[in-house]
Amino acid sequence: MAYRTYLMVCAGTGCVANQSMKIKDKLESEIRKRGLQDEVSVVTTGCNGFCAVGPLMVVQPDGIFYQLLKETDIAFLVEEHFVKGRPVKELLYTPPKEKIPIPKMSDIPFFADQTLIVLRNRGLINPEIIDESIARGGYEAIAKVLTSMTPDDVIREIKASGLRGRGGGGFPTGIKWETCKKMPGDVHYVICNADEGDPGAFMDRSTIESDPHAVIEGMLIGAYAIGSTEGYVYIRNEYPIALERLQTAIKQAREYGLLGKKVFNKDFDFDIKVVRGAGAFVCGESTALMASIEGRPGEPRAKYVHTVERGLWDKPTCLNNVETWANVPQIMLRGAQWFASIGTGDVTADPWGGSKGTKVFSLAGKVNNTGLIEVPMGITLRKIIFDIGGGIRDGKKFKAVQTGGPSGGFIPESLLDLPVDYEELTKVGSMMGSGGMVVADEDNCMVDMAKYFLSFTQTESCGKCVPCREGTKRMLDILEKITVGEGTEEDLVLLEELSNMVVESSLCALGGSAPNPVLTTLKYFREEYEAHVRNKKCPGHSCRKLITYAIDPQICVDKGHGCHVCAKNCPDGAIIGESKQVHTVDVMKCGKCGICYDVCKFDAISVE
Amino acid sequence: METQVVENILQRHPKDQSSIIQVLLDIQNELYYIPRDVLEYVSDYLNVPLSRTYGLATFYKAFSLKPKGKYPIAVCTGTACHVQGAVKILEQIERELKVKEGETTPDKKFSVETVRCLGCCGLAPVVTVGKNLHGKVPMSKISKILKQY
Amino acid sequence: MGKIAIEDLAKIQEAARYKIALRQGAGRVRLNVHMGTCGIAAGARGILTEVMKEIESRNLHDVIVTNSGCAGLCSQEPMMTVEVLGEPAPVKYVLLTSEKVKKIIELHVLKGQAVREYALALGSERTR
Repeated sequence: MAYRTYLMVCAGTGCVANQSMKIKDKLESEIRKRGLQDEVSVVTTGCNGFCAVGPLMVVQPDGIFYQLLKETDIAFLVEEHFVKGRPVKELLYTPPKEKIPIPKMSDIPFFADQTLIVLRNRGLINPEIIDESIARGGYEAIAKVLTSMTPDDVIREIKASGLRGRGGGGFPTGIKWETCKKMPGDVHYVICNADEGDPGAFMDRSTIESDPHAVIEGMLIGAYAIGSTEGYVYIRNEYPIALERLQTAIKQAREYGLLGKKVFNKDFDFDIKVVRGAGAFVCGESTALMASIEGRPGEPRAKYVHTVERGLWDKPTCLNNVETWANVPQIMLRGAQWFASIGTGDVTADPWGGSKGTKVFSLAGKVNNTGLIEVPMGITLRKIIFDIGGGIRDGKKFKAVQTGGPSGGFIPESLLDLPVDYEELTKVGSMMGSGGMVVADEDNCMVDMAKYFLSFTQTESCGKCVPCREGTKRMLDILEKITVGEGTEEDLVLLEELSNMVVESSLCALGGSAPNPVLTTLKYFREEYEAHVRNKKCPGHSCRKLITYAIDPQICVDKGHGCHVCAKNCPDGAIIGESKQVHTVDVMKCGKCGICYDVCKFDAISVE
Repeated sequence: METQVVENILQRHPKDQSSIIQVLLDIQNELYYIPRDVLEYVSDYLNVPLSRTYGLATFYKAFSLKPKGKYPIAVCTGTACHVQGAVKILEQIERELKVKEGETTPDKKFSVETVRCLGCCGLAPVVTVGKNLHGKVPMSKISKILKQY
Repeated sequence: MGKIAIEDLAKIQEAARYKIALRQGAGRVRLNVHMGTCGIAAGARGILTEVMKEIESRNLHDVIVTNSGCAGLCSQEPMMTVEVLGEPAPVKYVLLTSEKVKKIIELHVLKGQAVREYALALGSERTR
């Protein structure tokens, strides 16, 4: 019998980590208990996107959105909603600072302002069942391509759509395909870069988790266009769920004859191998990635010969990232015109003339609504952070948004009305990057953030070229010096000089972009550097050597009644005071770990 | 040497030099580290010079040449976790277990390391213990979490 | 299932059409069976099952079935509200039986003719 209701339970990494599979089991057992198993079906889907409120579930066809579910809620929920037809208010989403819950998912601002192309199937299909993907139009595009388009038609269409690389660089995809196709030789490779190494980014993981077939289909179309029969997906080993779903999807596609010899019984062979990365950030760089597939250390090479000419095993290779591939089937189905109608600029004459389609971002950091979003190009950062993201947590003040991961930069409040566009973001010193977007608030120190990213690229530098290996090291030394209060004015000058040197002389993009976080913070938040250097103060209260913890005696006694919790937790025995009496911090003993600040329920502890 | 485990893994991959990283990954997943004799055996089998296998095993972060604890603890230090205080979380774990990052407790129960982004930034700060992921971890709950194991 | 041909895509799509339409929350008709305590006591469960059977056997792809709480008119249970896209107002049907359900689906849902004699009243209800 047909089901009347579907419970779409999110099984993305975030929700699974929050025990969504237990929620699913409990739902199924409660439904069975009430004899509803033939009417109500529980479906596990890929990442819904609203990771902040997981584990979550959407009830269809009503579109009711349930959040922060606990196993103990489920019996009541099933009885109320599916037997008696009354949605459970307590489990609905209520926006921060508001009182009335929003029952329908489509009315929640986080979802209402998004445009879905890449993530069009998220929350609608079970990614482990190929038929569900097909039911939503999966593999229709490759069918269309194989029956009615030549490889050149496909390339023309991709070029006209204005699709540009979503991995960060923004290179026009159609041109890449065209160049690769023209290269001589009977073996050409296509590669999907799923080595999503930027810390704070999880777009590609979620895309694979929620719709692996879109990626496979995109690669099929690309392979047909450039004349390839063999493809690779290079995926991070740290993503077990994505890896498993991808492998399942490939297996199912093979069983249906959509991968392998004679795809759809046409004269076109293509198959995909999955290769796992082994935890090296630099392997997101195309030449390093190819080296790693070949079983070598992931060290980039100079690219005076491009990979489209000589890539994997020295054969012409077309590498795109997950999101780029996932866009391709929709462009084929709905046409280049449709795709080019979304976004900024004009790409009819110049492929670099605009940013088209949508971009998936992982929104994280100090915003209320962390999660995965897909927005049209050209949307402003302000809209992303304050409307979709729901503003800054705990009523704090926005300080900066970091886009592009370790290769990107920090964007201050004054530039929040900047549209999301490859060129615009580059102009202000940041970049589109792969789509990580981390928001910092007044409690984050910009010098510390710059140091964080630099220490990341410094550790991840493969060590092949000197500017990156040594330059970033010396920059990190200077930043370290500044954060412990020993920096001088000259250090700031030297830091800027070194940054420019590393940008100009590094071998690959890792080094070439590593100084961006430093350069942008120096540009937009110079006063914070100066506070560290001149006044030996850390305005973000993060740099340990420059802060002190103190307890407000009034609050401690009046509100907390000397609860003694801080003293109990202090690892250094630095908090003096008896229970029910006022407590104080012994500055000499304090190791500044911050646990007292964390455990105090009365906000009696302050940082200066 | 865990001959059977290693043999099974080798059978799963083509006998080709390019399989080396994939083989080492499987060994790491099963044994939680790569013992020296296994490294030598795999090198021989795939006809890769030991120096190169060693190079790979030290270049890539996924590999460890030292045994880990029964429950390897990984503190995520991705950007989202960093802004939510990952460093403080790491220090608290180090204090609780009285070991430093990269070390294993004397009873071989826990080992502590950091990872760069597990991709669940919505749950920051994130810590994995063995195969379990703990999200939105407050500093004050660390000892409680560790006691579960 | 073995290898598929291009024509099979459409078949797979067709087979899953109802499922997918429901998950997208898209439907032309919404049947809402009232399932408060009194409704259930009066046999609303059986009515719901009957509705689902009809939809299944008639292979309807655009009908959404949901349940809601008490409609406040316990003496007339079991009740069902029928909303058809484009019609000015929903219609509440009362004192339902399986035969009535069959007829409502045949006439109102499929042909757009409300069944006056089973309805509480026609044209009295208003949507927001």
